Amino acid sequence: MRSVLEYHLVGYRRTWRSSALSSFVLPLLTMLGFGLGVGAYVDGGVQGVPYLDWMVPGLIASTAMQVAIGDSSWPVFGNFEWMKVYFAQAAAPLRVVDILDGHLAFVVFRTVVSTGAFLGVAAAFGTLHSGWAVTTLGIAALLGLAVATPTFGYAASVHSDSYLAILFRLGMVPMSLFSGVFFPVEALPGVLRWVAYALPLWHGVDLSRAATLGTAPAWPVTGHVLYLAAWAAAGWWLAYRQFRRRLVV
Amino acid sequence: MITLVLPRLVSFEGAGRRSGAMVERNAATLRSAYWLVMLAGFIEPVLYLFSIGIGVGALVGDLTLPDGRVVEYATFVAPAMLAASAMSGALSETTFNFFGKMKFMRLYDGILATPVRPIEIALGELAWAMIRGNLYAAAFLVVMVVMDLTTAGAAVLAFFAAALVGFAFGGIGMAVSTFMRSWQDFDLLSSAQFALFLFSGTFVPAQDYPPVLRWVVEVTPLYRSVDLIRSITLGGAGWVQVLDVLYLLAVFAVGLTVAGRRMERQLCK
Amino acid sequence: MTLIHARGLVKRFGDFTAVDGIDVDVERGEAFGFLGPNGAGKSSTMRMIGCVSPPTDGVLRILDLDPRTDGPRIRARLGVCPQLDNLDIELTVRENLTTYARFFGIPRRVARSRADELLEFVQLTERADSKVEPLSGGMKRRLTIARAMVNEPDIVLLDEPTTGLDPQARHLVWERLFRLKQQGVTLVLTTHYMDEAEQLCDRLVVMDGGRIVAEGSPRALIERYSTREVVELRFHGESQDVFADKLAGLGERVEVLPDRILLYVSDGDAAVAEVHRRSLEPASVLVRRSSLEDVFLHLTGRTLVD
Repeated sequence: MRSVLEYHLVGYRRTWRSSALSSFVLPLLTMLGFGLGVGAYVDGGVQGVPYLDWMVPGLIASTAMQVAIGDSSWPVFGNFEWMKVYFAQAAAPLRVVDILDGHLAFVVFRTVVSTGAFLGVAAAFGTLHSGWAVTTLGIAALLGLAVATPTFGYAASVHSDSYLAILFRLGMVPMSLFSGVFFPVEALPGVLRWVAYALPLWHGVDLSRAATLGTAPAWPVTGHVLYLAAWAAAGWWLAYRQFRRRLVV
Repeated sequence: MITLVLPRLVSFEGAGRRSGAMVERNAATLRSAYWLVMLAGFIEPVLYLFSIGIGVGALVGDLTLPDGRVVEYATFVAPAMLAASAMSGALSETTFNFFGKMKFMRLYDGILATPVRPIEIALGELAWAMIRGNLYAAAFLVVMVVMDLTTAGAAVLAFFAAALVGFAFGGIGMAVSTFMRSWQDFDLLSSAQFALFLFSGTFVPAQDYPPVLRWVVEVTPLYRSVDLIRSITLGGAGWVQVLDVLYLLAVFAVGLTVAGRRMERQLCK
Repeated sequence: MTLIHARGLVKRFGDFTAVDGIDVDVERGEAFGFLGPNGAGKSSTMRMIGCVSPPTDGVLRILDLDPRTDGPRIRARLGVCPQLDNLDIELTVRENLTTYARFFGIPRRVARSRADELLEFVQLTERADSKVEPLSGGMKRRLTIARAMVNEPDIVLLDEPTTGLDPQARHLVWERLFRLKQQGVTLVLTTHYMDEAEQLCDRLVVMDGGRIVAEGSPRALIERYSTREVVELRFHGESQDVFADKLAGLGERVEVLPDRILLYVSDGDAAVAEVHRRSLEPASVLVRRSSLEDVFLHLTGRTLVD
């Protein structure tokens, strides 16, 4: 697994600049363009804090999710369909578990790095209210795993990259719009609110908001963590099954 | 402007038919996955409208326009969503897909061996993007009317405005993609697109921006598009909107001319 | 009737001259070949004839029209089979033909029936509803040839029609092209395969470095530039050169290649007998008839396929 992670890290040395753009500059622009701009119109803030401060932790979690899904969709698909990297690795003395976990570890690394960068900017803008904010790195790692593992499974099972675009536009985008990033999920009508509770992003949002604002989360921390871990475990199992099916013939 | 430029580029009989054949080819590729992508095109702007317009709107409350009128936040944001979705629809078809077809599928190499000329391929691809984009815009406007965010009459006018926005960005997209070197360049493009989306008076009136930023924003094509559609759906369009229309027509004509010329040079070496 | 007429045709890309002033005439019903190694200027010439690449200099008339001004009108009457298949991977085999026909303005109904005929002709009827990607290289090439026929062209341009195909697939393509030739279709093809040129071409030009170095029928070229038979000798040892001197005076010409020595002679068996009389012991001996390969070697001093 170490050697596989190393392989991905070497590739990252070449591409980190362009990935920094999408995983760091864009959320920063969102913070300025949306958080600051709209925040000026939200009188009295949300739940007792200014809108920008309230939104930033949500944006951190949602960025972590986007990086994790982005890095486990096209790259995984490409490694099967285009560059055949996994097949080359499978020909080396590596187990399927090593190939899968090595790449997953890289995705988590990427997620944590971009979360860290964003966290720094958030601190510079004075939106962090508590020292607990550093725990968002761990939260991002867990949330990243929870969304990356099922995405690995999905990307390994489809044969046209159109289905990846569908995952983005019908899965990821709606999730980031309705998981309490921009407005509280409590404002959603009944059924939709439960959909938001069921999806992983809200749990990450609620945790990281509690961490940066220094308040208690809506659910007990263990509840959130166990729920995200359950997503990660189920997703890992799905991904492993698909990887085995493709690589062990 | 269009009447000046187009005849010189497309001065051969049957150009319309040949561009139409390009549209037919694209229609023939519609498969199950593609339909889902189209469905996403329909619902994406609606999702944004619900999330930002309604969800965040509940936090914002009413918004006072520069001219003193007070409107609901969703009413303010909806036309900007329409403009932004017309932009991104036109851009995705004319940049990402266009580039893939040109460089990787080598699709156009085969077509150029037929009587079809580069500019006719460009026009055909643009027409296809417009057909799709206009379907999305129509659906979104129906949602707006149903939610009482505009009137039916204004929606009809806004439909044509959205089509114009699509043409303008389709022209830009095609011109830009002839400059693209690799997929990496698309990261830059989508970042630029996202920046436009955030700072084009989409979520707050442009008057709120610091003066320098505001004047930069005023000349961007998305801001002019938002201005045009918003004036129509909110009521109160005037002479400034005539300027918007002329500006977008000019952008379209320049984009198409550049695209046609550069395609000719790149494909017919 | 002359379908393609070129005089002093030149194509330059910046400082690089790909085609350096060639004269060509192709008559109706002919199978005409451009023979030469990679980089000889064959494909550039084909692209100019296909009206997708404007000539830098010289005269070029196709179907008595000027490619500079009448591109679409000329292309309407050409069929093009490019070197790399550029089939539409998003469409099925049949759709590749029907949508392509639409680019020529052929009515849908006609396009459908013509597609069926052509699929029959290239033996792909059973794969009509398959996607393009799973097809073998030979099938893809046959489909590309069928696509080039969809507008019932006056001239079919084939750029390296069998490069990259296995021997069986090559023969199937040759056989189909031969049928087209029998039907009176004018074929213009490029190739760096000698056997292909000898099989298919009535007349050909040999190109090297952007110029034409010889012209004629395959038979006439062989007679003019080579001998009736060729003896190929391979000697053990690090270099063939040392044996060359000992072979001096044998036949009309001796060519020394890195891996073998060629003797150009009228009687191969007699030459082999002479080799043994000079007490030389080649590891292998092959007597064969002269081919275009030998013509090319003689004209340029280089082999075609390295």
